[in-house]
Amino acid sequence: MLPELFSLFYQFADVFAFLILASAGLAIVFGMMGVINMAHGEFIMCGAYVTVGLVNLGVPLPLAQIAAAFTAGLIGVVIEILVVRKFYKRPLDSLLATWGLSLIVTQGMLIVVGSSIRGIGTPEGSFAVGDYTFSTYRIILFACALAVLVGIYILFMRTRFGVIARATMQNAGMAQALGARTGRIYAISFGIGAGLAGLCGALYAPTMTLIPTMGATFIVESFVTVVVGGANVLLGTAPAAMLLALVRMALNASYGQIIGQIGMLFAVIAIIRILPEGLSSILARRGR
Amino acid sequence: MLSLVNGPQTSGNGRGFWLAFLAVLTVALIYPVFADSYDVGNFSYFLIWIFMALGLSLIWGYGGMLTFGQTFFFGIAGYGYGVLAIVLGGSTTTIAALILSVLVAVLAAAVLGYFMIWGRISGMFFGIVTLAATLSLAFFLGQTAGPEWHIGEARLNGFNGMKGMDPLTVGDIYIEGTILYYVLIALIVAVYLGLRMLVNSRIGNVIVAIREDPQRAEMLGYDVRKYQLLTFCIGSGLAGLSGALYTSWGQFITPSSIGLPAAAMPIIWVAFSGRSDLTATLVGSFLLLFGFQTITIYSQQAALVLMGALLLGTVMVMPQGFIFGVAQIASRRWRRLAGRDSAGDGPLRDGET
Repeated sequence: MLPELFSLFYQFADVFAFLILASAGLAIVFGMMGVINMAHGEFIMCGAYVTVGLVNLGVPLPLAQIAAAFTAGLIGVVIEILVVRKFYKRPLDSLLATWGLSLIVTQGMLIVVGSSIRGIGTPEGSFAVGDYTFSTYRIILFACALAVLVGIYILFMRTRFGVIARATMQNAGMAQALGARTGRIYAISFGIGAGLAGLCGALYAPTMTLIPTMGATFIVESFVTVVVGGANVLLGTAPAAMLLALVRMALNASYGQIIGQIGMLFAVIAIIRILPEGLSSILARRGR
Repeated sequence: MLSLVNGPQTSGNGRGFWLAFLAVLTVALIYPVFADSYDVGNFSYFLIWIFMALGLSLIWGYGGMLTFGQTFFFGIAGYGYGVLAIVLGGSTTTIAALILSVLVAVLAAAVLGYFMIWGRISGMFFGIVTLAATLSLAFFLGQTAGPEWHIGEARLNGFNGMKGMDPLTVGDIYIEGTILYYVLIALIVAVYLGLRMLVNSRIGNVIVAIREDPQRAEMLGYDVRKYQLLTFCIGSGLAGLSGALYTSWGQFITPSSIGLPAAAMPIIWVAFSGRSDLTATLVGSFLLLFGFQTITIYSQQAALVLMGALLLGTVMVMPQGFIFGVAQIASRRWRRLAGRDSAGDGPLRDGET
């Protein structure tokens, strides 16, 4: 009995971690600036490539992963200043601009580094519960997802930056009048979003084949999680990921991966029909 | 009824425009006489995509719904044609396969559109939900390599795609080469004029009113959702037409014509051309397809990088679209030279009231 239960939990945790890690950065950028970053997948790709590149140079994996997240974050800040900044008043155009960027980066990478590079194996081996064996690294990924959520909570609810960021989110004009440098807040927030995307890529780099178009494997999940979750990371993205992970786990277990993915999409379309503003709208109303 | 081809929602309403239109049409009609059959086939290939672009112009430019799902419906009808052409037995039934596959795409648009529009999904979320559906379809079809994935005789073949269906056929005449070219020209003229009539009609004016201000349109007593769904179905159906014609043209279709980067292509054509005008979309999309094909011969990646840069450049420099913007500047110059008053002429644009 216990091994079966643990197996279910493991599958849930696997999908949940994937959804949280893939969507946290996107959700922060959307929540703060009202912008959906179509180049989100390319920040993930960037994180993965930097990680593998550094590991191949001999850097220990965890260090390479942290460096990769920071690299993606820095690139994010630069992109915010050069491109995204111009579109806060035109959110639909920001979608197109970042999509253009995404095309340039993926295809440019295909020209520069070719279609694939040497990967690194999944570390940490496996452990057994009852008759089943599980990958330890997947559990680490789940822990990382939880850590990301806690980190976001602390950053936005318990620090001075968080207070100013939330003030900017609620009323940018007023925050600016009170002395907050909203431009800098936006740049940092975009950098955090990009950094979290980079972290996602860094964490999943050992588990998958690296190709310049790998971002596409993440963006469907990150889009639908943000669509279901709404504008609030903590009250939206996390419950949305939990809900979708449950749906996906149930479908995966009974019908396999393909139906799991398609079924999740159908669930999302049904959910938005009922809850147009996402889960966070109800939860926020409850909390008031 | 026919007078609706001219109106406030389309640019190019004067006699000069229609003379130019006839001139271009004449050139297009005599082109196969002078060109070799390979070039005619290439031209047909460009023309196939025009329907998808015009459909996107209708949904996005006129209806104000930014859909990233054109290749979703392209793929549904493309695979639909493939399956039906095989299952129905080919030959003249391919005409039925074409019509049915487009209808399936329209039906899919009605279902997806119902959930999104009645769920009050709009703006950016409309884009990313349609893109999520598109990418999921591409992933799904990519995983159908096994022999268990078949509909009747038709194997889906996963990532390698479907092949072996008949092209459009009437009796024992294949609609290929020069015949296909003329069929496509006729279809484009019909769709282009039909869409002009639609957008200048009462329905079209309501569609544009909803783009400008959905709440005001609702207060004026229009059921915004029905008009939006109608727009979405027509535009997506046109993407479906492109898809079915594409499968017939090459007798194959793969998931890569649905997923990334294919899904970005119609957005780039239409954004670059000028989404809020059918004529600009028609001209610009053709030019881009031509340019893209020319560069693709050397490097597909370089062509795609250029397309990405075009999209980025368009929204940064001329968000209303390059072809449309240049045409507007040119016509303003022309009017000033001709000493005519430009006020009160030309269509209503985003932001104008």
